[in-house]
This record gives sequence, C-alpha cells and structure tokens, in this order.
Amino acid sequence: MKIAIVGAGKVGTALTRHLSADNKVTVIDQNAHLVDNIINVYDVMGVCGNGASYDVQKEADVQHTDLLIATTSSDEINILTCLVAKKLGVRHTIARVRNPEYGRQLRFMRGELGLSMSINPEQATAREIARVLRFPTAMKLESFSKGRLELVEYRVAERTALDGTRLSELYRNFKVRVLICAVARQGETIIPSGDFTLRAGDKIYLTAAPRELEKFFRQLGVFRAKASSVIIVGASKICYYLASELLDMGMSVKIIDQDERRCVAISEKLPRALVIVGDGTDSELLSEEGIGQTDAFVAITGLDEANILMSLNAARMSGDCCKVVAKINRKALLELVSDESLIDSVVSTGSVTVELILQYIRAMKNASASKVKTLHRIVDEKVEALEFTVTADIPFAGIPLRELNLKRGLLLAGIVRQNGQIVIPSGEDALHLHDDVIVVTTDTQLDDLRDILQE
Amino acid sequence: MNYRMMGFVIGRILLAEALLLLLPLAVTLGYGETPVPFLIPMALLVAAGGLLSFKRPKQTALYARDGLAVVALAWIAMSVFGALPFYISGDIPKFVDCIFETVSGFTTTGATILTEVEPLAKGILFWRSFTHWVGGMGVLVFVMAILPMSGDGHGMHLLRAEMPGPAPGKLVSRMSDTAKILYGIYLVMTVLEIVLLVAGGMPLFDACIHSFGSAGTGGFSCRNLSVGAYNNAYFDIVIGIFMMLFGLNFNLYYFLLVRRFREVFRSEELWAYVIIAGAAVGAITLNIMSLYDSVGTSLRHAFFQVSSIMTTTGFATVDFNTWPTFSKAILVALMFVGGCAGSTAGGVKVARVVILEKASAGELRRMLHPNAVPSIRFEGKTLSDRHIRGVCLFFVMYMAIFTVSCLLVSLEQMDLVTVFTAVATCINNVGPGLEIVGPMGNFSSFSAFSKLLLSFDMLVGRLEIFPMLLLFAPSIWRRRRAQGVRRPADL
Repeated sequence: MKIAIVGAGKVGTALTRHLSADNKVTVIDQNAHLVDNIINVYDVMGVCGNGASYDVQKEADVQHTDLLIATTSSDEINILTCLVAKKLGVRHTIARVRNPEYGRQLRFMRGELGLSMSINPEQATAREIARVLRFPTAMKLESFSKGRLELVEYRVAERTALDGTRLSELYRNFKVRVLICAVARQGETIIPSGDFTLRAGDKIYLTAAPRELEKFFRQLGVFRAKASSVIIVGASKICYYLASELLDMGMSVKIIDQDERRCVAISEKLPRALVIVGDGTDSELLSEEGIGQTDAFVAITGLDEANILMSLNAARMSGDCCKVVAKINRKALLELVSDESLIDSVVSTGSVTVELILQYIRAMKNASASKVKTLHRIVDEKVEALEFTVTADIPFAGIPLRELNLKRGLLLAGIVRQNGQIVIPSGEDALHLHDDVIVVTTDTQLDDLRDILQE
Repeated sequence: MNYRMMGFVIGRILLAEALLLLLPLAVTLGYGETPVPFLIPMALLVAAGGLLSFKRPKQTALYARDGLAVVALAWIAMSVFGALPFYISGDIPKFVDCIFETVSGFTTTGATILTEVEPLAKGILFWRSFTHWVGGMGVLVFVMAILPMSGDGHGMHLLRAEMPGPAPGKLVSRMSDTAKILYGIYLVMTVLEIVLLVAGGMPLFDACIHSFGSAGTGGFSCRNLSVGAYNNAYFDIVIGIFMMLFGLNFNLYYFLLVRRFREVFRSEELWAYVIIAGAAVGAITLNIMSLYDSVGTSLRHAFFQVSSIMTTTGFATVDFNTWPTFSKAILVALMFVGGCAGSTAGGVKVARVVILEKASAGELRRMLHPNAVPSIRFEGKTLSDRHIRGVCLFFVMYMAIFTVSCLLVSLEQMDLVTVFTAVATCINNVGPGLEIVGPMGNFSSFSAFSKLLLSFDMLVGRLEIFPMLLLFAPSIWRRRRAQGVRRPADL
C-alpha cells in the first residue's frame, strides 16, 4: 500500500516507524532537517515542502497513494492537506484535528470536506487517562465491544497471592472468569499456557468483564476504588478534555498550572474545576492542596522530564496511596519509566494516535466484512489485541476451538456473545455468528479473522 | 561500529560478485577457452561471502560511518577478488598490475597497463569490460536491487556513499525499487546500444565490449587503437551519443518514463551539461580544422573526444595527443568537470561546478552589498549554507588529494604533463591522459607504488572522497570507546 505522511513530527515519525516496513511511505515536511533524519533511518521517500500545496503533493506523487495522513502541528494545514489530496483522488485521508472548537464540527468536516477520519490525540489520551482513573488498580485499561470486555495491565508485586502461582491453580482457586493473555517478563513476551508460573515483577495482561475484574482484584486484596478527587498538573488541551470527562463522572478536579493566562482560560471553560496558579513540583503547594487526601495525581505538562519528576514526588508525598499518572511522549523515557515501574501508569499521546491510525489502516486493508473493530497494542507495542465480529464468511464458526489449529503466539482472549454474555474461551467453546471476539497475537500484521488459523 | 553487520553486507557483495562472474564464465566456455581463471575466484568468493553473510546479525542498523566504511571496504575487496582472473590466466603477470587494471575497471576509469589488448583471451577481455558495467551503477545498488538489505532501514547511508553527486535521492519510496528502476534503465540503454552497434556491422563481441565501456563510462576497448580502429563514422556517432546519454542524471530518464517532462526540461544541470559540451566541441572543431580535410571530420572527432572525456569514458578515435595545446587544455579541463550527478560518470560533476559558480558569484555580490541576503538557487530550490559548504569542501579536498598525488607520482622520472594528466585522469575516472599516458599509451611504465597510489585515486574519485578518506580515521578502527577527554584527533 502507498501511504503519504504529511508532517514529520513525533506522531509522523512514530507512524513512519510502524508503517515503513510493509508499505511504500512518502514523508512530506517543510523542515528539510527533519526529512533528512527520517530518510536516513527509514526506507521511505522524503519530500521537502508545504504538504498542503498542490505542487508539493504532485511532486510527492500523492495522487497515486491509497492513504494520506496529515499530522502537522496546525489543524488548518492538516484539513487543507486532506482536502487537496481528496481532490487529487486519494480515497482515504486522515487529519489530526486538535482544537476543541473544530472538535464539534467533525461530522460536518467528514461529510463536506471529505476527511475519512479525523483524530484528536489529546482527546484520545484524555480518554485513556480517564479509563485508568476509573479503575486505578490497573496500570492501563483498554476496552472492547463497547466496554463489555476489558483488558488491563497489572504488575505482580512481591509476596502477593499471584507471586509464584501457576495459572491453572490461579483459575481454580479464584473461581473468577479472567484470562491472563500475555505476560512481559524482563523484556520477553510470553503468551502463557496453564502451567506457566507467575513471578513478582511480571507485567500481566488480563481480560475479563468489568465486574469480574473488580471481583478478582478484591480477592487479591489489591483493589483500589474509582478515584473521586484528582489533581491535574498542566492546563493543556488534554487537561481540558480530561477534566471535562472527569467532572462528568462526578469527580472533583483541581488543575495546577504555572501560566496564569492559561489558568484563566481553562477556568472560563470549566467553571466546576478548581484552577490554581502554581508549580506542580512545589511540595508545599501540593501538601496545601491536600495531596495526601487525593486519590489520583495526573502530570500532563508539555515536558516529559517535569512530568516524571512531579509524579515521583507526588507518589512519595502521598505515601504511595495516590494513583499517579504521567504523560511521557519520548520513547526512550517511556521505556525507561515503564521498565523500572517507577510510576503507576504512563500514557503517550503519540502511541495513542498511532494505535488509532493503525486500527483504521488494518480495517482498510481488509475489504471483507470481518473488519478489525478495535486495535490496542500491549506489552511495549509488541503484542496486539484486536477485536473482530464473526461474520457469515468465517468458515470455522461453530467448530469447538480445541479442533482448530490456531497460529503460534495467538490466543482468543474473550468472546462476547450477541446477547452480551462474556465467554472466557476454553477448548469446548466455539465462535458463533455475530460474536465479538478478541484476538491477542504477537503477529503484528493480522487484519482478517480468517488468518488466525495455521496454513 | 556494527562490525558484524558490516561483514554481512560485504559478504553479500562478494556473493553478488560471484554471481556476476557467471557471465564472463559463459563467454569463456562459448569461445572454448579454459574456465579455470573464473572458477577459482568464484569458489573463493562464494566461500568468503558465504562465511561472512552466513547468519544475519541481530543488530542490523548501519549508521553513517558504518555505511561509508562498508562501501570503501567492499570496493577494495571486490577489486582484489576481481583481479584474480587476470592473475590466474597469466595474461597480466604482476599482481599489482592486475589490481590496477581491476580498480580501473570497477571505478570505470579505463586506464590500462596493457600495451597490447588484442591477444588477450575473449573471456578475460569480457570480464575486463564487464567490470565497467558493474562498477558504473554500483555493486551495492545491484545488491540492493536483488537482495533486500535490512529490515530497519539505515540503508540510505550505503546508497549515498556509492551514488555519485552532491545529494543523491530516491526515485520511489522503496530503496530496492529505486535500485531496480535504475538498473532497469541502465540495462535497457546498454542493450539498445549493443543492438545499434551490431546493426551497423560491428561484431557482437566488440559491440558488447564497447557498450559496457560507454554504459559505465569506463573506456576499456578490445582494440589497441580503441574505437579509432574501426574508423567508422556511424560507430563514432552512436558511441559518442550514448556516452553523452550515460553521462546524464539517471533520474531524468525516470522522469521521462513517468511523463514528468517539465522536470527534465527545467533541469539546470542538463542545460549546463549541454552548453559546456557544445562550447567545447565548437572550440576544438575550430582549433583542429587544419589537421583534417573537412569540417565534418574535425567536428566528428571533436564531438567524440569531448563526449568521451567529459563523460570520463576515455575511448579515442584519434590520438589527441597530437592536437594543438588549446584543444588538449580544454580536454583536461573537461576531465575535472565530469558528467552529471546521478550518472555513471566521474569527475567533480556538473552539478557541483554549477553550484560552485553560483556560490562564488553570490559571495562576490555580498562583497559589493555587505548586507544583501544571499539566495543561491539550484534546480528551483534554495541551497542551504551547509549544502554549499559541503560542495566547497568537496572541491577543496578533491584538489588537495590531486595535488598530493601529483607530488608523489612526480618522484618518477617523467615529464610534468604526464604526471599531471596521469593523476587527473585517474582521480576523475577518465582513462587516457597526455604524453606517455595518452590515448595510444598506457600506464605500464609506472612503478608499483605509483600504480597503487593511482588505484587509490581512482577509488577516491569513484566513491567521491569521503568513504576512502574515512578508512584513515582512527576512530573507525578503534573498538574500545575512548576514555576520558576526547582528543581532537578522535573526532
């Protein structure tokens, strides 16, 4: 597939990294230095120029591409780029549109301006943070099939019930229907079977219905209730989306930012939130605002380093009672923090965006009805969890799973029946028409449910 | 430095060379000659290449300096292995001479140490010219076209180190597709030339030899008198035109294929190339008029010689050593200009000459208007200071290496013109110089030291200086990271 990416910033580069191996990618950016860097590292074509201009798009041969993704820093340029590309004959165009003022006219833009998809990374990141705050036990939480099935990331702590337990015993002892579908141990990724033994420090990925998950963690004695008071540092766009979502969920929200003008602006937009001008690293201020009594602390300023330090400080001050979430965009820092498990949860805007776009591309590649409905990447982007709907053209519907010869490194992590019943699949279960099925796989190319069998 | 990946790439290149030796082997067998001179090097290449590239290393990233070092080492290794057929067949008794001849072949120079080429075995002659064809477009490009290199990119450094020109780019987003397109154009044009020459009555074998020579802009012939041996105006014109065509930027052919005519028409380098060549042909025609009986003949010889020297091929129809000094001076100047960037030709390249001219004019303008904002544009794009500095630095280094080489070669008891043109012809990958190394002469009278030095110069010219110079940088070879304060010499 031929793909044009306009804007070689963080998201553009991350997309190039993921897409350049299997697609013919052309990267367009005005900054010659950025283009140079990208073509030195990835096997892609680079074009230097304004991506919204007709001449530059012609030069980059955009008219023959299948998909154009506009991720420059400017919403207007992104929209214009997609509009020009659409008129040149590109079928699929994706624009990054971040301004909340445009957010409300997305439907109009899709219809009238011919955008196939618009992504708002800030809003998507805010949603991800909100999900974690709703279920603070997890490091990360993804939902499938309209929230009926959830996938959570959890780190096994020392001397807990999970440490040293075999999975088959675990399922027997707890009598809760959960499934551990992937384990990350010291940089290794394991799709575990029944005789796998958990150890402290393992990062495990569980799927279950939301209520079952709660029950499971309550039995383990590590359950943390939904946050009810949150401190957010950094009055950015993410903060706006996050705070309005949290306020709607009935939480109390305090926002801290150093910049007075930004504080005034966000307080006008969110009258129910308490906005404080101050430094998020200032311990005095934090204790004054009651960090000890707060359930969650979210650091989402523009600086990764500041977010990390602030989060560490907040965790220490609250005596590890407070759920700490930090936004880290740079990959190296992200890996460092998540390997050392310094911070409860980390989110990255770039990674959220890439996930959304990959989901779109995977669905686009598969012309049949059994499209990828949801895609989430887990275990440091090495494993994918995909949701498909079983359609009439699936030849193995109705056959018990034990008789199917599934690919290696692939697992069916959950089935949501048409009536909403959740099945954690065993060998006896079978897929039926209109089921939603969640596939967890180390193969990062899967785009069709029919491909889960070994050839 | 990723030594294992470097070894892997070099191993692949050696395997590719073994593959390429199949063609001369077939010719040898076709003429009923002994295949031994080709079988032994092939076996060695397969063994060495197989050993080096047996297992793909885990870490496949090649950074800029690894890329440069790989290219330089690969070219040296290729030349050493490529010299074996000459040595084993006994056609060239001294190994230093074999190395010189092979480097001259791969770098598309065409300078020879042979006094007589006609008695050589057909297979050996074929291999000698085939090295031009291989070296013209580059072996790494060939390897990239047939074997995808590495999953996580970084291959751009390799391409950049081997492709001539100030800023080689890709035609399409995939490196291997770009390489395939380039080799496709190259192959089709070569075959076209062979067909046209055969149609004019040249024997097929000779047509192949001369087409390889002009395609790679090399210049090895199978006749002692080069193209002049046929004394045929049709051959002169066909070869002359094809040499000019191979001296053009190959990207332009791609633009023609995808019907982007405007880009071809607007190419500044193309026009500069045509104007320089046209002016040189005109001046030489007038200057040598008295030597030939008609304007047509002198125009024909002037055109062929200008085309041959400017594209750094080095075929000859006449002994231009006997021409007036003015004509010879023009030819020597053309050696340095060379062909277009992105072609198979050597020299400084027309693109760089144009940029140097514009940068000089811009600098002069700034002296008159100290506060003027300079805008130096080339091919419709403004050039950054860094880019211009790169071109200037290239030119300075080129001249510095040229001067030092001249000094070292002048230790031989030879006249200044011979020494000067011998170095010029090698570093610019042309082939013939003047006086002793003139179109009818050869390099056999030089000492072993000078031959090796000139071989080095040929590689410097073909790989555009930096990969070869980098081999002398100590940081390339130091495994251990320098401790404590880094001395300036390490940088």
